[in-house]
Amino acid sequence: MTREEVEAEVLRALGEVAPEADLASIRHDVGFREQLDLDSMDVLNFVIGLHSALGVEIPEADYPKLATLDGCVGYLLAATSERLA
Amino acid sequence: MPILTADMSAGTLVAWHKQAGDAVKRGESVALVETDKGLIDVEIFVAGVIEKLLVEPGTTVPTGTPLAIVREAGGIAAAAGVAAAPPPAPRVAPPPVRPAVGSGRLKISPLARKLAADLGIDPGSVRGTGPGGVIRREDIEAAAAARSAGAPRTGLDRQGRLRQAIGAAMARSKREIPHYYLSHTIDMHRATAWLADENLQRPVTDRLLYGVLLIKAVALSLREVPELNAVWRGPEALPSEGVHIGVAISLRGGGLVAPALHDADRRSVTDLMRGLRDLVKRARGGGLKSSELSEPTITVTSLGEQGVESVLGVIFPPQVAIVGFGKLVERPWSVEGRIVSRPVITATLSADHRVSDGHRGSVFLDALDRRLQEPAAL
Repeated sequence: MTREEVEAEVLRALGEVAPEADLASIRHDVGFREQLDLDSMDVLNFVIGLHSALGVEIPEADYPKLATLDGCVGYLLAATSERLA
Repeated sequence: MPILTADMSAGTLVAWHKQAGDAVKRGESVALVETDKGLIDVEIFVAGVIEKLLVEPGTTVPTGTPLAIVREAGGIAAAAGVAAAPPPAPRVAPPPVRPAVGSGRLKISPLARKLAADLGIDPGSVRGTGPGGVIRREDIEAAAAARSAGAPRTGLDRQGRLRQAIGAAMARSKREIPHYYLSHTIDMHRATAWLADENLQRPVTDRLLYGVLLIKAVALSLREVPELNAVWRGPEALPSEGVHIGVAISLRGGGLVAPALHDADRRSVTDLMRGLRDLVKRARGGGLKSSELSEPTITVTSLGEQGVESVLGVIFPPQVAIVGFGKLVERPWSVEGRIVSRPVITATLSADHRVSDGHRGSVFLDALDRRLQEPAAL
């Protein structure tokens, strides 16, 4: 998958848990929680959304790596390319 | 129209799920109603056949208004019809005796006059239900809620109405319930370690949040202090047979709702977690059931995600207690004479002094601590 495709999936999953969010204005380097007021249930649903869309197993210990859009896309790109390798 | 929240006085019938002639089972959802707390599925509490629908979709009616006529399975037509959900609070309003307006001096209690001024209600437009038509506090609250219910359905107004409904319930709670407050800091290292191990073995869709351990621990601890798991019915606070935990869920854009996780003491943490996910989804997206809003027997609130260490809750009438949890934080902790770093959480209890006292409250918090030291047994 390309970076753009992964980013689109991340934003789609984010839109599912925060439907009121203006996804176009999400800052890439600032945490989702701070920007979108997400709680732990939102984060869990976000991870479940990513898992369903991309088939990636995301251990709980890796959640902090998914905190920002940049971090999330980087992590998922690596995970999807590992899965395909 | 059932009373679905403590200070609800009217609701809008959005849609019928059933039509005249349809058979209905006890507990089945029959209508969708909009309240200040969102869209709620109204369940029926009798089995039978719907004989006639009495309220058209789109109509706002006061609570207590019959919505339909149901012929019960035994053949008796129940004129009260659907929406026989038990009211959450003893709010028996006698029929108006006569209006207090237009007869010289306004008959209004001092409390009602002050409340009317606070809420911006013209007392002259309110019908009194007290002796001799005196306007009472409840009449002003009902007028305020009815005004809200009749407001245009825009996002901003909806938030305003939700805030007003919460405000009315909480103001009543603080006026009428003599709260006492206790707090206790609990070492969570066993619970968090167990949770991390457990989640390693679970698929992502079945992972647990520590919040569900807290809910289960509260539910089990209530067995030791059952008087905290009670609701006021008239002059008495009656302990509930089931432990139905009202989970405070913040809504996007502001406000909160606290629907019930039923029988929380008897369900596995896996089942409770699924129930909690479903409840949060429906609380934020619409589709809560009437029984979920009217049946909580105690509330659990956790503001931990907001970064505060403790929360002292306001009891939600007709309940008699609310348990609060702060943020999970690492703190120095003394263990066998050594200082170690431990994840700890501050648990608080706000309870009704008419029903319990500080000693019993502390027995409850002690039990909660003990339960959380044995997470595998939850």
